[in-house]
Amino acid sequence: MNEAIQLILFMVALAALAPLLGKYMAKVFMGEKHIMKPVFGWFEKSVYRVSGIKSEEEMNWKTYLYGVLLFNLFGFVLLFLLQILQAYLPLNTEKLPNVSWHLAFNTAMSFTTNTNWQSYSGENTLSYMVQMLGLTVQNFVSAATGISVVLALIRGLTRKTTDSLGNFWADMTRSVVYVLLPLAIILTMALVGQGAVQTFSHYVKATTLQGTEQVIPLGPAASQIAIKQLGTNGGGFFNSNSSHPFENPSPFSNFLEMFALIIISASLVFTYGHYAKSKRHARAIFITMYILFAVGIAISLWSEYSHNDVLNVSGGMEGKETRFGVMNSVLWSVTTTVTSNGSVNAMHDSLSPLSGMVSMFNMMLGEIIFGGVGSGLYGIIIFIILTVFIAGLMVGRTPEYLGKKVEAFEMKMAILAVLAPSIVIKLFSAIACSVPAGLSSLNNAGPHGLSEILYAFSSAAGNNGSAFAGLNANTVFYNLMIGFGMLIGRFGVIVPVMAIAGSMAKKKITPVSLGTFKTDNWLFVLLLIGVILIVGGLTFFPPLALGPIVEHLLMNLGVTF
Amino acid sequence: MKTQTIIALKFLLIMTVLTGVIYPFFMTGVAQLTFRAKANGSLIIKDGKIIGSELIGQKFDSTIYFWSRPSAIDYNPIPSGASNLGPTSDKLKKQVVERRILFAIMNTITDTTAIPKEMIFASASGLDPHISQKAALLQVDRVAKARNFNTIQKHNLVQSVKNLTEKPQFLVLGEERVNVLALNLELNKLDQNITNNK
Repeated sequence: MNEAIQLILFMVALAALAPLLGKYMAKVFMGEKHIMKPVFGWFEKSVYRVSGIKSEEEMNWKTYLYGVLLFNLFGFVLLFLLQILQAYLPLNTEKLPNVSWHLAFNTAMSFTTNTNWQSYSGENTLSYMVQMLGLTVQNFVSAATGISVVLALIRGLTRKTTDSLGNFWADMTRSVVYVLLPLAIILTMALVGQGAVQTFSHYVKATTLQGTEQVIPLGPAASQIAIKQLGTNGGGFFNSNSSHPFENPSPFSNFLEMFALIIISASLVFTYGHYAKSKRHARAIFITMYILFAVGIAISLWSEYSHNDVLNVSGGMEGKETRFGVMNSVLWSVTTTVTSNGSVNAMHDSLSPLSGMVSMFNMMLGEIIFGGVGSGLYGIIIFIILTVFIAGLMVGRTPEYLGKKVEAFEMKMAILAVLAPSIVIKLFSAIACSVPAGLSSLNNAGPHGLSEILYAFSSAAGNNGSAFAGLNANTVFYNLMIGFGMLIGRFGVIVPVMAIAGSMAKKKITPVSLGTFKTDNWLFVLLLIGVILIVGGLTFFPPLALGPIVEHLLMNLGVTF
Repeated sequence: MKTQTIIALKFLLIMTVLTGVIYPFFMTGVAQLTFRAKANGSLIIKDGKIIGSELIGQKFDSTIYFWSRPSAIDYNPIPSGASNLGPTSDKLKKQVVERRILFAIMNTITDTTAIPKEMIFASASGLDPHISQKAALLQVDRVAKARNFNTIQKHNLVQSVKNLTEKPQFLVLGEERVNVLALNLELNKLDQNITNNK
């Protein structure tokens, strides 16, 4: 009963608050008056002044993209350097050594691409300095990058016959100053109030009741956890992420963190509605996402509560925390994989086969059911373009989206954006399955071993960051493979998206006629769901059949590995 | 293009200062002023010594204590972690069987299916501080026996378990649970009172 109430509470809160935050963000990015302007307006202006940004100067798609790539490159280099030099830098209370080059490469890639895959384990690898200046900063700016890119795409779709897509630096500044920072400040305080740690003290040594020594790690964790949830980042302060009692101390903190990781992505859909002057279209996109999300939750809950004949238990607690229970663990696992957050409050490796598959499938679809902050929306817009194209083919008309003709160039770019992550998942998994360096890291045998590899590259390509964490990913092989996987999964999508933004911006808007395919009704919702599932299903059904589906069938026969 | 490069560098620097320095320092300052104990790890200090944190589970496997959950890291928090064993893992199957038998024998339980799930499965963080009320109540007999409690003392112990049971937060969120360290501290206190009275 309690389970049902919690689930309903979460789903209702999501549907109720997303339009409100979406409206607020529309005001922020359209440059209208809003409540945070008097509080942080001076700050926005000083950022512009100090960095020499002319916020009114609009960019074409190439200049905008150049800014995105350049800024991310610098961010990557800074984070890489901070790690390989951490022993010489201050605020290293536990005297941790420099991070190895390949782990530093992986983590820097992981955080600049908004993946936040954890090859590192926070409490014994990274100093407070790296956690703050490296990880926390990238948590903010990689999320802001996602928002900026989608804003450019939205402007490209909604403006007509123009080159200008907005100013990248202004979009970044507004994302951080008016959206991410205020929410992060509120969430940090709520988390500390529940017991999350926020201190610069050394780790403490305790003598337990049974007389052994226990080293208790501390750190400025709450401030980082707040933004890692809000920015769909997900890289933990501590190794076990949001299952750690200092990251997620109570059921209430759990609810807040789970809500924080989805709310901005969900709200941006409504922001889009304001730009496109079509709330109905935004609602249709939101409903599409909401349905896919709800179905995923249902399948995952059913699977997890079903009886496991191997362990003779229903709703097993391996890799779960008592305070959250089974329902909250499953709900989180679906929420964190439909968005590209990737934080965990339970270990996905120990979930039942089909629950694990739901998580994997969410990532394989390309992180478009809400998805990452910004990236989820530009991801689903790619699928919408595919949908209107297919609908256009069916009736024999040139496809249009928001009154703009979708032509060969946009289709090429859209296909590129869909294929880039898919290729990473299948090709890289295939490589890992065929070399000793790939197989020696496995923690589980049999089909579950394949799932571990498949999950890792789905997570990398979808920029999710969650893991079947039994896989020992801190090896040269996996650090490099996953590192490049994340790179392709991020920029292999951003570049074509920006190209689409540029080419759509140039087009005229044709007025709506009788033959226009409507993108705001149930028919559109159903078609979009169909395209998403067919593209995802056809691409990934074979490997999923060999991994989780076979495992599920064998589990029912009591087979172990 | 050159101006873009300069802007990118300056902007990264400003963001690093804002979100990497000012933000965490400001939050730490506010946290230390408002929730000092919590922000520093909810430490439990007794006779000037740190004996643990309210939120971090400890290893309890002695007969005179209520047991905590199995842990893949044996409650050593550097680093935290789980077994990550999958649902068809032979190793996990064996572990579960062993834990069931051990818990059943030590607490004289005949029906092993009655053992709460958290007592046979390792947690996600390896530091889970809680068990269910049922798991605690099932251990009362053993603990009382190991400490030579009489019926009244045992009754008080059951009462302590009930008093220390945390309900779901705001009535709906999360699960009902007992903090094992808090319970064992209470247990020691009960034992002490008795020795003093004697």
